[in-house]
Amino acid sequence: MIKLIVDNNEIEVEEGMTVLQACLDNEIYIPNLCYLKEMDNPPGSCRLCLVEIDGYNQPITSCTVKVEEGMVVRSNTEHIRKLQRTAFELLLSVHHVDCKNCPANRKCELQRIAKFLHFGLKLKRLEPLDREIKVEGDHPFLEYVPNRCVLCGRCVFVCKKKNGQAMLSFAKKGFDTVISFFGEDNSARVSCEECYACAEICPVGALLVKNSKRSAHQRLAKNNNSQRPRPSGRGLKKGNNSLAASIPTLPGGALKGGGK
Amino acid sequence: MNQNSKKKLTEVFASIKTEADKRFKEIKGDDDQNILIGMATCGLASGAIEVKAAFEEAIAERKINAHIMPVGCLGHCYAEPLVLIEKPGFPPILYHNVTPGKARLLVKAFLEEGDPVFEHILGSMEENDIIPSVMEFQRFNQEKRIVMANSGLIDPEDIYHYIAKGGYSALVKALTLEPEKIINEIQESGLRGRGGAGFLTGKKWQLTRDVNEKDKFVICNADEGDPGAYMDRTLLESNPHQIIEGMAINAYAIGAEKAITYIRAEYPLAVKVTKKAIEQAKEIGLLGKGILGTDFNLDIVIFQGSGAFVCGEETALIQSIQGERGMPQPRPPYPSQRGLFGKPTIINNVKTFGSIPPILKKGAQWFRGVGTEKSPGTAIFSVVGNIVHAGLVEIPMGISLRSLIFDICGGIPEQKKFKAVQIGGPSGGCLPEHFLDTPIDFDSLTLAGAMMGSGGIVVMDEDTCMVDVARYFLDFTQKESCGKCTFCRIGTKHLLDILERIITGKGKEGDIELLERLSIDIKEGSLCGLGKTAPNPVLTTIRYFRDEYEAHIREKRCPAMMCRALTAYYIDLDRCARGCDACVGSCPTEAIFTTRDRKKGIDQTLCVKCGECMTSCPVEYDAVIKVSPPELAPKIERPEEG
Ligand SMILES: Cc1cc2nc3c(=O)[nH]c(=O)nc-3n(C[C@H](O)[C@H](O)[C@H](O)COP(=O)(O)O)c2cc1C
Ligand code: SF4
Ligand code: SF4
Ligand code: FES
Repeated sequence: MIKLIVDNNEIEVEEGMTVLQACLDNEIYIPNLCYLKEMDNPPGSCRLCLVEIDGYNQPITSCTVKVEEGMVVRSNTEHIRKLQRTAFELLLSVHHVDCKNCPANRKCELQRIAKFLHFGLKLKRLEPLDREIKVEGDHPFLEYVPNRCVLCGRCVFVCKKKNGQAMLSFAKKGFDTVISFFGEDNSARVSCEECYACAEICPVGALLVKNSKRSAHQRLAKNNNSQRPRPSGRGLKKGNNSLAASIPTLPGGALKGGGK
Repeated sequence: MNQNSKKKLTEVFASIKTEADKRFKEIKGDDDQNILIGMATCGLASGAIEVKAAFEEAIAERKINAHIMPVGCLGHCYAEPLVLIEKPGFPPILYHNVTPGKARLLVKAFLEEGDPVFEHILGSMEENDIIPSVMEFQRFNQEKRIVMANSGLIDPEDIYHYIAKGGYSALVKALTLEPEKIINEIQESGLRGRGGAGFLTGKKWQLTRDVNEKDKFVICNADEGDPGAYMDRTLLESNPHQIIEGMAINAYAIGAEKAITYIRAEYPLAVKVTKKAIEQAKEIGLLGKGILGTDFNLDIVIFQGSGAFVCGEETALIQSIQGERGMPQPRPPYPSQRGLFGKPTIINNVKTFGSIPPILKKGAQWFRGVGTEKSPGTAIFSVVGNIVHAGLVEIPMGISLRSLIFDICGGIPEQKKFKAVQIGGPSGGCLPEHFLDTPIDFDSLTLAGAMMGSGGIVVMDEDTCMVDVARYFLDFTQKESCGKCTFCRIGTKHLLDILERIITGKGKEGDIELLERLSIDIKEGSLCGLGKTAPNPVLTTIRYFRDEYEAHIREKRCPAMMCRALTAYYIDLDRCARGCDACVGSCPTEAIFTTRDRKKGIDQTLCVKCGECMTSCPVEYDAVIKVSPPELAPKIERPEEG
């Protein structure tokens, strides 16, 4: 076991864990979108999980740093919150905010982060950015809504993890980056129709099961109550082997006392 | 290494050297006439192929005994095609802007009749009594060639030329030393990486050496994606062996047996020349298995990158070699610990590798004698923009920006005033006049808000709009963002949009502050160096030219009169000559009409602000006037038809 100090609290965690996971396991919430517990090399792309760690001369993503004995971590400083808010604000500026009509409403990770950071879902400083996106190809079972996608890459990861080879990937580059499906549903692997791991893991309502305007979670929840995946993850039991269980979560109470 | 193998090694190399000297002498003997033609990409672009053909034809026709030698680049791109002629009885003479016609003239007049044709001479390469030496030019005088020492003087496609000039002796020396000793020497030299960040090369090597793994890699980074920069390309095209030698020394020092040169595919000549160089080195036992009879093995392969700017970033470069999307990865782990295929990997820039052989040959102390204490050695820049003598220069670190721009590169053309210099590539900073005395070294430039970068310098004159400059660079970095991380993918897009808003007259109060705040967060929050530096042009132009931003936003005025939406052209009726039609045909949109008293006016609703009318108005009238903001243009009504 390793002891480290986070926001003046000493916590004790297993060796080899990321700082982010260590915090989440100990009721210290750090906003995050692109991290999953099972990742060996977290991409560090959403930049929401920035923290200050003594010895690093700049804020660093807590999902990419392993815990070390005696480490001193600060997640709740004015500076960190400012950076997190900017990152969040940037994501919002390309996110089509229409919660009422979104299947992810109230399960959405963005809503939760907004609440935590005390940041409204309306843009104040920035103009919303329009992305002209033509989604190419059509998937028989899945619908992709680019204007909701935060490009966290979770879907790509779980698809690869579950099926050995990802059937979706990042496409285009820069501001135009999108998720796209490739190829036919090839027979060597489980059909998407029986999988839906990607839709299940999407933290926002950007990947949906087709012909049901309900999200995959709802659909799956209906089909299989006993193994109900909860991407927003509140109150997840440890040891649940569904992929959704790898979503970093915080126990209910930790929502309080986060952002200023 | 024991005495015996040391002896064997020296013997093996001695025979190679003898062969090289012999071959070199055959063409460059005391009574040989030689024509060296600069044939790197810059030379080719200015017509070196035609010049070479003209020389060949002329010497054949006149039955003159002379060798024609294609060489690399001397760095004087403004004077290409450059030709150096060596003729017994004369110092080596450099001719500039040589055309096929001049080539024929030189063969006849100089080679045949002994008249060096003074009017075409740039200078002689040696001090002498007849011809002014190039050393009288500041450019030659202040330059210090370490990495480019042989560029433009040897045939890059003949390994023996490099060897005859002392090449590969540093590798031979390295192979007799303990690897630690080599790393120590590099550490003591204080060499810092020339790819941008300026990390201590010796330290990096030590980190990799210390990892206990069997497989390690060496990668030479020749991605060079900065617009307008071509130092690395030119080095590979002019003397690839010095880079290969540096890589081999590195591989031996850290214990690697595989190396990769990562060259962008848009550099076909550099790829070709490097490929040939690797083959030749292999043929004579300087690469491959059991190099020079030792038990050191090294294979170098070329990987052609797709040319994405971000693929020059080391972790993205590794991804790209591994066949993945070229997206940067979080560091740590650094490639020096876990790089290509998870193995410890050294990635160094072309110029960094090019500095290695001279350091080993002449010693760390000698290297420290050049440049400054914290930034020893030389810097290689490509200087472009509003500058008289554009091209490549290699200067000792510590020279001031002023010397570089005004003494070495001849200053600003057309008697315009200097306004700013952008240094460090697309994400460098723009420095104004009062920074001209800043010494060029890693730390001073960073302190000023710019950076060394990999060596691109753009000089800007008074007609440059600094807001537009920021927009231009942001447009580049924004398009090149890989799209992975939030700050860079979305943040740079906002910066660009706000800048575009400002230059089109739609800027708002608060935009400057918003730009600043976003820039600071993007710098701090981005994953890789691209996002971490992309806001630099914005921040420095705001810091040093804030009044220009304010003029755009508050007065809708572009002080440099460059932003089209904020300028207008009109015709001064007092100056316009009655009956003159010079401007009418020049206008692409037929915006120019005739007034009642047969003078001209511009219909502002049709005008696209191309400025053609201003150019075509005869100087004696000079009646077209450009103003900003556009409201300053007096309204001249187009008379009703009929
Ligand atoms: C966006 C970006 C582009 C880069 N492009 C290059 C490049 O073209 N060539 C290069 O040598 N280094 C480039 N670098 C720096 C490399 O990541 C790396 O630091 C360098 O190759 C290390 O070599 P050095 O220690 O010899 O400087 C780039 C970095 C970034 C962030
Ligand atoms: S579709 Fe969902 S899971 Fe996939 S990248 Fe977008 S937001 Fe993330
Ligand atoms: S900073 Fe830009 S280029 Fe670098 S990882 Fe992020 S999005 Fe990609
Ligand atoms: S960067 Fe750490 S969770 Fe996204």
